[in-house]
Amino acid sequence: MAKHTITMTINGEQVTAEVDSRLLLVHFIRENLDLTGTHIGCDTSNCGACTILLNGQSIKSCTYLAVRADGAEITTIEGLAADGTNHPLQKAFHDQHGLHCGFCTPGMILRSVDLLKNNPNPTEEEIRWGISGNLCRCTGYNNIVKSIQQAAKEMQNESESV
Amino acid sequence: MIPANFTYHKASSVQDAIALSQKLGEEAKYMSGGHSLLPMMKLRFATPEHIIDISKIDGLSYIKEEGEILRIGALTTQSEMEYNTLLRRDYPIFMDAIKLTADPSVRNAGTIGGNIAHGDAANDQPALMLAMRATIIAEGTEGQKVIPIDDFFHGFYMTALEPSDVLVEIQLPKKKKGSGGAYHKVERKVGDYATAGVAVHVVLDDSGICQEIGIGLTNVSAAPMRLDRGEAVLKGKKITDDLIAQVGTIASEDSEPTSDLRGSEAYKRSILNTITQRMIRLAIERAQH
Ligand SMILES: Cc1cc2nc3c(=O)[nH]c(=O)nc-3n(C[C@H](O)[C@H](O)[C@H](O)COP(=O)(O)OP(=O)(O)OC[C@H]3O[C@@H](n4cnc5c(N)ncnc54)[C@H](O)[C@@H]3O)c2cc1C
Ligand code: FES
Ligand code: FES
Repeated sequence: MAKHTITMTINGEQVTAEVDSRLLLVHFIRENLDLTGTHIGCDTSNCGACTILLNGQSIKSCTYLAVRADGAEITTIEGLAADGTNHPLQKAFHDQHGLHCGFCTPGMILRSVDLLKNNPNPTEEEIRWGISGNLCRCTGYNNIVKSIQQAAKEMQNESESV
Repeated sequence: MIPANFTYHKASSVQDAIALSQKLGEEAKYMSGGHSLLPMMKLRFATPEHIIDISKIDGLSYIKEEGEILRIGALTTQSEMEYNTLLRRDYPIFMDAIKLTADPSVRNAGTIGGNIAHGDAANDQPALMLAMRATIIAEGTEGQKVIPIDDFFHGFYMTALEPSDVLVEIQLPKKKKGSGGAYHKVERKVGDYATAGVAVHVVLDDSGICQEIGIGLTNVSAAPMRLDRGEAVLKGKKITDDLIAQVGTIASEDSEPTSDLRGSEAYKRSILNTITQRMIRLAIERAQH
């Protein structure tokens, strides 16, 4: 079995590990690093529960080889709250009841970070298209959309006041 | 689901990839975005012994016009295309397709080169390539290959690419006065592969006569399909409602859909008729603006 030494930055910390060629990034994150906020829903690239940020872009980590993340910068849900303060998206999901069981939430939030980076002021339709690769079986999406709208507003106010 | 065992190799350049492929032989596969290949490996539909990662090769991600040609580097991701200002302004056919292709996270990884090289009639880009009459540029053991799109798709997951060939660039005719294109697919749910899809690209002269026409179909045949008989009806003519209706009928007659979970054969033939007509009209409308 071919082994590779990989080094990446996860939530600001450098990690070096030896991995098999076929190890999936989601398993590396959950099992090797014990960061279990990244979930596995479908394992077929459909549900988005495993979404992480790879060099700032949302990626389904069940469909990515760990070895290919060598040199990358990764953010999981555990790394989003800077110094213990919730990210505006985390705060908004709390304020707007953007979750019920919470299974989809880490992926939904990381996907939304990427969405708002590319489109800081999205319309409701753009939000719905933007999270189309993330499935939620509980909320019916309305409160998720509201959460993203609240966060978009707050993040814009923040960037204006800087 | 975990793929069967294989050995990973990272290519640092196109020449390095070709050399690795030659050394490792037929059981080696290139991987770019990995979003078609890795799902197949997890399901064990594909069990390559070696993966050659070409996604880290520099210089194959670009979108630029040069002379009369639009050049797209093979490693350009579908997200990079989606946010590209040139494509947004002058090539709306790509925005039609990309919005309906998978979802944003998949598009962050999936490349245009991989979408075409996969040779899957369910993928969306092949129909666009047929409609716009793309030229595919590949590098192989014997140097560069220039492959007209009509020689590219050979059958179910089969293309003109040899195992060692790296698709490096897609060349398309640059947007000009009187040219326009449009794409639509019917899907069961957002992000699904097409139940049926149609790409149309036209070039009209000043008097509205159709100088060039390309019609490509998605997921209604074993290989991505050109609607030859429909194109012949429109070429050299002023496009009328009657001719558009004729081409719609031809699309439903000449396509080769099969009944599956996405719909019955009859349903697919019926929607193809409708989408074809709508896309011809939309392409003409865009050509006139
Ligand atoms: C959930 C999901 C939904 C999807 N829905 C759609 C959809 O609706 N429409 C659609 O069009 N696609 C869809 N896709 C596919 C997605 O767009 C793929 O990413 C894309 O088709 C393949 O690109 P890739 O870069 O990931 O290729 P890979 O998976 O890396 O490669 C695919 C094949 O092409 C070969 N290859 C790749 N690049 C090259 C190259 N440069 N030269 C030579 N050979 C190469 C590989 O060896 C492999 O055989 C979906 C994927 C997923 C996971
Ligand atoms: S677990 Fe990765 S997309 Fe569902
Ligand atoms: S909150 Fe339960 S799946 Fe979304």
